Amino acid sequence: MKHTVIAWMEDKPGVLNRVAGLFRRRNFNIESLTVGHSETPGISRMTFVVDGDDRMVDQSVKQLEKLINVTRVENVTGRPAVIRELALIRVRATGAQRAEVVQLVDIFRGRIVDVARDSMVVEITGPESRVNSLIDLLKYFGILEMARTGRIAMVRGSGSVTREQEFTPGWEEVSSNVVMDGAPK
Amino acid sequence: MRLTGGQIVWESLRREGVDVVFGVPGGAILPTFDALALGKYPIRHVLVRHEQCAAHAADGYARATGKVGVAIATSGPGATNLVTGIATAMMDSTPMVAITGQVATSFIGGDAFQETDVTGITLPITKHNYLVTDVRDLAQVFAEAFYIARSGRPGPVLIDIAKDVQQAETEFEYPDSVHLPGLMLPKPADPEAVKAAAEMINAAERPLIVAGHGVQMADATWELQQIAEKAEIPVVTTLLGIGDIPESHPLCLGMGGMHGEAYANKAIQECDVLIAVGMRFDDRLTGQLDSFAPNAKIIHFELDPAEVGKNVKPDIAVVGDAKDSLGALLPLIKERRHPAWIDLINSWREESRKRDILNFEVDELIPPFVIRQLWEATRKDDVIIVTDVGQHQMWEAQYFVHDRPFRLITSGGLGTMGFGLPAAIGAKVGKPETEVWAVVGDGGFQMTLQELGTLMQEKIAVKIAIIDNSFLGMVRQWQEFFYDRRYAGTPIMGPDYVKLAEAYNIPARCVTRNEEVADAIEEARATDGPFLIAFRVKEEVNVYPMVAPGAGVGEMLRRPEPRIAQGYSGVEPSW
Repeated sequence: MKHTVIAWMEDKPGVLNRVAGLFRRRNFNIESLTVGHSETPGISRMTFVVDGDDRMVDQSVKQLEKLINVTRVENVTGRPAVIRELALIRVRATGAQRAEVVQLVDIFRGRIVDVARDSMVVEITGPESRVNSLIDLLKYFGILEMARTGRIAMVRGSGSVTREQEFTPGWEEVSSNVVMDGAPK
Repeated sequence: MRLTGGQIVWESLRREGVDVVFGVPGGAILPTFDALALGKYPIRHVLVRHEQCAAHAADGYARATGKVGVAIATSGPGATNLVTGIATAMMDSTPMVAITGQVATSFIGGDAFQETDVTGITLPITKHNYLVTDVRDLAQVFAEAFYIARSGRPGPVLIDIAKDVQQAETEFEYPDSVHLPGLMLPKPADPEAVKAAAEMINAAERPLIVAGHGVQMADATWELQQIAEKAEIPVVTTLLGIGDIPESHPLCLGMGGMHGEAYANKAIQECDVLIAVGMRFDDRLTGQLDSFAPNAKIIHFELDPAEVGKNVKPDIAVVGDAKDSLGALLPLIKERRHPAWIDLINSWREESRKRDILNFEVDELIPPFVIRQLWEATRKDDVIIVTDVGQHQMWEAQYFVHDRPFRLITSGGLGTMGFGLPAAIGAKVGKPETEVWAVVGDGGFQMTLQELGTLMQEKIAVKIAIIDNSFLGMVRQWQEFFYDRRYAGTPIMGPDYVKLAEAYNIPARCVTRNEEVADAIEEARATDGPFLIAFRVKEEVNVYPMVAPGAGVGEMLRRPEPRIAQGYSGVEPSW
């Protein structure tokens, strides 16, 4: 079963290495991993998807918590959450195919972000299932290149997973494009 | 106060209460050693002969004293040589700080002479590590490193310091607090969980405690014994848990697991409530997990939340410091007696005694006899035994009766051959008034025997007992049992150990017969300074019982029933 886990960690050199090394050493099966800034300066937020049984996800949470630079870990699997992924897809499209691609992308609420003589770049944000469906359809035209971010997640409603004391006034100023907006150095 | 990085290293160590470090100097750590030479620090540097032994000595020092052990080495090969010792400390939760020099910051990443990515290499074998590239961070890093090393579940922390950082100057102020938002510290045990545990224990008919290293580390031996006595609960220990309860206590069943006592393992398999304290269900204890303690509900008292449910899923988990948890449990435990259960265990104990090799008249010198003699000779005194890894280690666990905590130092988790002598050096340096014996096999001793030089130079009075059977004995035993006696790579020659010791100016003698054992031990004890005894023991003796790898802890290979020897009337054991 796939579990979505969020981890907060200090934005210091080598932290990503520590986390990645732990996953490898403990034999955790990590499907995707996304890191970026959180609302707190100096704290990065990582969302990762671990594919395994309850023991594996329990261990991945507990072992991560033991890392000195990791301040907190939360398994949000099973909680109502907004889960999103962003993908950039370069799809082959010439002549009349262009209109077809545009139409499809429109249905999936994606965007065309670049057009060349024989190809277009599509941007789509959404739950993985929506991203997957669009990719399936675009395969018909020929996918030349693709980049996916992996899952990021936020729990729905007022039950923010950010703790009170970690709440940073003025964090609304942070722009909404937090996806992969700079991994820890 | 303006200090160089090198001076800050020693000032920081002094403030952390460090009075001895074990190390080897080299290019990238020279500014720090120079600061030691120039300064008047109340810190002794013990020069070892190989950096691996600096880490083992720091480990032995820490286990003997409870303080943080410190090892120091240069960059590149110096640092990589520490790796085995750091990994050993990590597996056995020893508080340790390892300091390594690193090439200058401008050279880092350029494959400079003696450059290695030491923080990268030690990432999975340290509790935490640091690369210091700015002298202004140095004091803070030391304060954090020592705090991390000794807090919660202790472990090794490595500090890698670039050479130019050791030379640079800064204003020195030692922080009086550290800010580590990600460091997990133990919380008080959940009273509900303790209550549930007490109820389960009070209802048990065949309860059993399995006690580990955590009991001694938490200084909870008194609480453990009180609980065991109050409700008459027998206690099995892990290898590192030896000393949790006096081994001559009637409720102590000794060590369980792969080479545990048969009655201890049977008790594990037959108990109805298993109370695990400060242990992590290591595979050497549990054997095949599917068949471990099949009839038992399991209560796990454990400091590290990640150990709860890692190998065995407990019915009740009490996360917290063992002293607090057991202290909270004690008043909730009802006074009880379990005569049927105790009688059953004692009948198994009696059956085991019949098979005990020491109950036979054996002409040849055998290791269990040597170990038992060492115990007989020293039982009235306070001695620390440091072992290496292998057959002799298991015999020590079986035949030396440890009645006090912190008196057995051994590499449990990593099983590091070569650990014995250097760890004994560390223990003796930390506890100069206490008699320290290194009980080692001839295989492990030859991995680190260069430390005889350290004994000589530093005049460290470690007594060495080599159990010399001319084999890598434990591996040979596996070959005998599971590889049809094909002894590939296990016969091992050794030097003339007496001559070797003499070359280092260490008095020594060789023992080949039973009658000489007590006398040799007496001579070693009566001699000031170090002493070496090479016991030439019978070669192919096996450690029994044994739980075969992959087997359940209840399925033991036992010493075969004694048979009537041919040619004379005595009864001869099978080896």
